[in-house]
Amino acid sequence: MRPLQIIACVKVVPKPEEVKVDTKTMTIERGEVRSEINPPDMNVLEMALTLKEQHGGKVTVIAMGPPLFEPYMRLALAMGADEAYLLSDRAFAAADTLATSYALAQGIRKIGDYDLILCGEESSDGATAQVPPGIAEWLETSQITYAEDLEVLSDSKMVKAKRELAGGYEVIQVPLPCTVSVKIGANEPRFMDMERKVWAEADGPVTVWAASDIDVEAEMIGLPGSPTIVDGLAQAESTERKREFLEGTPEEQAKVLVERLRPYL
Amino acid sequence: MTKSLYGAKEASGIWIYLEQSQGQLEGVSLELVGKARELADGRGIPIVGVLLGDQVGDLAQEAIAAGADEVRVADDPLLRQYTTDGYARVVTEIILEGKPDILLLGATPDGRDLAGRIAVRLRTGLTADCTDLKLEEKSGLLIGEVWGFGGGVIAYIKCPDNRPQMATVRAGVFAVPKPDAARKGKVVNVPVKLSEKDIKVQVLEHVVGGGVDITRAEVLVAAGRGCQGDFTLVNELASLLDGEVGWSRVPVDEGWVSRDGMIGQTGYTTRPKLAIVCGISGAFQFTVGVEKAETIVAINIDAEAPIFEAADYCIVDDMFNVLPPLIEAVKKARGGNGGR
Repeated sequence: MRPLQIIACVKVVPKPEEVKVDTKTMTIERGEVRSEINPPDMNVLEMALTLKEQHGGKVTVIAMGPPLFEPYMRLALAMGADEAYLLSDRAFAAADTLATSYALAQGIRKIGDYDLILCGEESSDGATAQVPPGIAEWLETSQITYAEDLEVLSDSKMVKAKRELAGGYEVIQVPLPCTVSVKIGANEPRFMDMERKVWAEADGPVTVWAASDIDVEAEMIGLPGSPTIVDGLAQAESTERKREFLEGTPEEQAKVLVERLRPYL
Repeated sequence: MTKSLYGAKEASGIWIYLEQSQGQLEGVSLELVGKARELADGRGIPIVGVLLGDQVGDLAQEAIAAGADEVRVADDPLLRQYTTDGYARVVTEIILEGKPDILLLGATPDGRDLAGRIAVRLRTGLTADCTDLKLEEKSGLLIGEVWGFGGGVIAYIKCPDNRPQMATVRAGVFAVPKPDAARKGKVVNVPVKLSEKDIKVQVLEHVVGGGVDITRAEVLVAAGRGCQGDFTLVNELASLLDGEVGWSRVPVDEGWVSRDGMIGQTGYTTRPKLAIVCGISGAFQFTVGVEKAETIVAINIDAEAPIFEAADYCIVDDMFNVLPPLIEAVKKARGGNGGR
């Protein structure tokens, strides 16, 4: 069996419950917010490591973001990944999905050898789910979105997976190389290995690439490379609700509630 | 800036990708036709549907009845099932031929799979997972409303220069328009230049249907962590109320249920008349999926749970203490009404 070259794309996101908008300046207050590896990307790392255990090969992590991402690259190494690349440059900042998928694709090209590019289904901050098909298009690979139960048929150089549909699923098979978006909850991510953590923090191979280190056109990355722009931000306002707390025993509460809900019964 | 394959000067019309599965249009596609009609009226913008499949021509009339002026149909046995490579190729050809100003798709698994692929192929901007659409007063640019950070933040996104201005829209955020069978429109058959070797995707198994569309439910009973995997009472209450059952993310992560009925940011947007939410704490990621409900009842053991901020009627207790007497009371009330 041929060893697999697996690229795991990850993102570091602010913990959603801690994000607030400054409604005066209409900017997102990130100052006090703690970050984490995007939860769906933990499923990516788990899938990558499982496939490596089955087929041999190498798991290479790639991310795009500010230098504060670097410790999270080391967490991925502590989980079992072999090496990590961080695309970090002010020139990459404020990229939309077109510019993000382009920069990641060019980073992956520079890494060179790949059979599978695994991405999370979506990020918990942007939640667009559009970067994986974008990477697939830039690199002209096949794609499987919302995938689970991935099976690599290395002799025929194909990959088979179950894929979510609206109200159902399908099982499809496509040629390698393939870009996959891994369905949220597709597996149970492992904990990091404490011995590996010591190694990852001290000597883990994390390479930071600036825009000039990879082959990118300056006008196709970051803000200049992004056709979409944010026209405004607002704090989500919730609908005014009655917020009537019902008192008494469960039987009494049930009785009052049924009275209130009469129109729906 | 990355240039799109055609520019704003050449572009016109709002086009909608009409997603179909096994000879049925997805509800979200009709919702988009209806919304596009509303946006276009008074501006003289044509609404054009794009329909791919095998012997799906009949569905064009459905889109016309919902508000489309024209439907371009690519009908071919090779398009019987959705494949990324086959569909991306044909849709891209149709778009480059017709040069729409705006292209809308439903944010379904296939819609997102296709949109992400062709947006890069066309080198254009894509606003994903919109919860509302409008046209900017002066410029006529499309403004997509999207949720960020678990729904706590709303962003308005536009794509000033590249064309088409692409957006995917969540199912259920717009109402399905009332069909007008008398509406007339043009149906254009598009030649399909596709051979078997163009399609590398092999569909080995394809299972849809049988599931319930909770985006259309009038009454919804939803359960979360508090149900501990036991949906018996929740199911019973839902069926008494002729409603459907949904859930938050926790039951999915715990492996109690599949994602078919998951409500919220990564799940479905619902707009029931009544939602009874049991044992769900009510993080933004969940509440964005029920906030369009007319009335919300929350039952949760934790008095501090944020769900109570978003509810009309609040009961602080274990759902297993509340649901049995509630079910009895509903039975009694319905009995009094002669039942249904």
